Amino acid sequence: MTTSDRTVGVTIRISGAAGDGVESSGAGFCTAIARGGLYAFGVPDYYSRIRGGHNFYSIRASPQPLYSHEDPVHLLLALTQESLPRHQGKIAAGGAILYDANLDVSPEEQVRDDIAFIGLPLSDMAQKTAGTTLARNTVALGFASGITGYDIGPLQSVIRENFARKGQQVIDGNLAAVEVGYVEGRKRACGFPYKLSAVPGAPARMVVSGTEAFALGALAGGCRFVAGYPMTPGSLVLHWMAAHSARYGVVIKHTEDEIAAINMAVGAAHMGARALVPTSGGGFSLMVEGLGLAGMTETPVVVYNAQRPGPSTGLPTRHEQSDLLFMLYASQGEFPRFVLAPGTHEQVFVAGWRSFNLAEKYQTPVLVFSDHYLATAMRTLDPDAFDFDAVQIDRGELLADTELDALDEPYLRFRVTGSGVSPRAVPGHPKAVWVSDSDEHNENGSITEEADVRVAQMDKRLRKMVGMVEEMSAPGLYGPAEAETTFVCWGSTVGPLREAVDRLNAGAGKPARANLLHMVDLWPMPVDAASRALGTARRLVAVEVNATGQMAQLIRTYTGRLVDDKILKYDGRPFTPQEIIARFQGR
Amino acid sequence: MVTREDYAGREPPTWCKGCGNFGILNAIKMALVDLGLAPHQVIIFTGIGCGSKLPHYMKVNGFHTLHGRPVPVATGARLANHGVKIMTVHGDGDGYSMGLSHLAHAARRNIGIVDIIQNNRVYGLTKGQYSPTSDAGMRTPTSPEGAIEHPVPPLALAISMGASFVARGYAGELRHLAGLIGQALQHQGYALVDVLQPCVTFNRASAYDFYNARVYKLEEAGHVVTDRDAAWRVAMEWGERIPLGVFYQVDGLPTYEEQVPALKAGPLVKQPLRKLRPEQVEALQAELR
Repeated sequence: MTTSDRTVGVTIRISGAAGDGVESSGAGFCTAIARGGLYAFGVPDYYSRIRGGHNFYSIRASPQPLYSHEDPVHLLLALTQESLPRHQGKIAAGGAILYDANLDVSPEEQVRDDIAFIGLPLSDMAQKTAGTTLARNTVALGFASGITGYDIGPLQSVIRENFARKGQQVIDGNLAAVEVGYVEGRKRACGFPYKLSAVPGAPARMVVSGTEAFALGALAGGCRFVAGYPMTPGSLVLHWMAAHSARYGVVIKHTEDEIAAINMAVGAAHMGARALVPTSGGGFSLMVEGLGLAGMTETPVVVYNAQRPGPSTGLPTRHEQSDLLFMLYASQGEFPRFVLAPGTHEQVFVAGWRSFNLAEKYQTPVLVFSDHYLATAMRTLDPDAFDFDAVQIDRGELLADTELDALDEPYLRFRVTGSGVSPRAVPGHPKAVWVSDSDEHNENGSITEEADVRVAQMDKRLRKMVGMVEEMSAPGLYGPAEAETTFVCWGSTVGPLREAVDRLNAGAGKPARANLLHMVDLWPMPVDAASRALGTARRLVAVEVNATGQMAQLIRTYTGRLVDDKILKYDGRPFTPQEIIARFQGR
Repeated sequence: MVTREDYAGREPPTWCKGCGNFGILNAIKMALVDLGLAPHQVIIFTGIGCGSKLPHYMKVNGFHTLHGRPVPVATGARLANHGVKIMTVHGDGDGYSMGLSHLAHAARRNIGIVDIIQNNRVYGLTKGQYSPTSDAGMRTPTSPEGAIEHPVPPLALAISMGASFVARGYAGELRHLAGLIGQALQHQGYALVDVLQPCVTFNRASAYDFYNARVYKLEEAGHVVTDRDAAWRVAMEWGERIPLGVFYQVDGLPTYEEQVPALKAGPLVKQPLRKLRPEQVEALQAELR
């Protein structure tokens, strides 16, 4: 085993059919890991269906901070027949598969002789303790705690909370289910080399998805209007906002379609609300005309696109980052926009509030990327990971009532200014009565087709880019300043890629084998800063989850730099560090 | 004291001489003045079409949006500030074709907007194609052998979607139309006012002479506005007799916005925008542990 194949931590995977509670128990176990003072990184994998099929959840646990999931799996908890052939090949040597002996698992399916196959009557055990075979996953998680030597306390606390609303009897039944699984796991702990130990006295950490990070940031940043249409995985933000809407004073609207969503956001923002539209690529496709409306009328809106594989319906519950060029250029004509691609949960939180400030400061749409991996992966964060103190609510050129009171000339919503940003009123004040228009217009909003006015307004709108580009950060460097290879990525790919960089560099001398550049602020592209950063790369390798290397194309277009190689993945699944390294080494 | 002069626009309309939109413009101004509403207390969202340029021809807040989309823009505006009177004014192509879905959902939503359709039964600005309310058989650039589809019955659609105020006016009956718009403005919830609007350039067959010979007022025919079955019947009536007036009205139905928890404290944009308090931050982060 090479240094780069080395794993950090232990990965437990629970697999079953939709309806077996795979995702809830997986997420629950992540919380149990965090409560024991370890870091957990959880990733769901599910099909676009409600029952049946094959779902699995991988929980990676370690005493060190984690930024990614990884290969291989050390312990597989297999609730269905299908789980064995699907995952056997992914188990590390010395690992184990727990399977439900009540299922008819034939000897032919057990092809590995370097892992342990442990059959337990999980269905019976679940039925006898919790009164339902649905509790198989609970028995399995108890087993996982036992065999790894993990303290059972954290899992028990999660069970108590999860079933609190169902009454003491259900809680007790599930605790009993955990217990019987735990006892069986303890019996086999000796022969199982992969261990987890709780860390007493560790701080109370959070287990957070990218969805939650973004929604929290948006709420903190004054988002008070959310309009959206359910579409995986963008709707997760819509759900979070809906769940918090009454308590935090947010108006949320599940609209009739995505066209209504973007247009409602424009209407709400026009009246002065900070408006958000969460969606995915297909929904964004429908919103493109509305995006242009926002651009032409200089209405601040934030659109969040949690990408998934296309084209068209694609792979609804899977991962890709293939909307880059689309989001940069979408809608007819030319107008300024921001495009951000935060990649870590901390960056996502900041983007949540920063996007609204950028939108209002420059009176343009702000498009924020996420993706299925980032939106659904659960990462353990230290208590101070989200800097709420740093949150600012900056409304730019929004005119206060007192300023409008003092207005002694007709209000010009689209006044031509040096910066391109006009003083902004919202309807309701007697001195600011005007018509905004999707047609080309003059300073007071009246429709015009005069050539000189058209040029003046177009120049005004585009002139905003001068200020906008100053807001954009340079690509982030991770790793040593000098390296043989510089990887370049954008968005959530930074997670597995930074771990790959660490592994490549472990034990190597100078020059280091690798570093990475992470593109986060994508548009307006900070061309000078990006060119400088990319210019330091000896060998530049793009790592992207799409088929055509869209970031590589963007880099070439605006900096002239050609990448030397591309590592692309478009099978609907996120990279692991091991996969990046294997592809890099030509394996 | 609000007067007609307060609503005087600066730009001359681009409409053809004799266009029914002049009547509609005047009726809207009359209704607003009668109710004592000042220009800054109102915002008119329009779509795309000849009639959608209306807000430019009066002094009022306006937003000339996209074809078929003033209703969702107005809905978002209403949810953000239900202290301002929200109106949509748009043509039949805009409201009954491209925007048909939004009309249906606005009706079932009972969102507090006054939706005025300038129904000239043709596409004017794009030069004469047939519209969702054109008669089957109408010959136009996109229907050279005659339009194949039956027309949309917009009032019947609105009633079936649960609209709480459904009316039809006529640009040739100014006072009557102003009265209907005034009632719509006072109605709690979604109010649809379909307005027969002669287009003297592209639909001369359905101009003033045509309507004058056919329109009659429901209030003079004993129509009971709270009777839904009767409303259905008259909503489907078209031909030699064309009903005008309030077709259906339900008072006291809760509006969408009064059922939104976040709006109990008043219009959204009037609620102060503040950073989260420390105890709120703590509560939100505690959810994640």
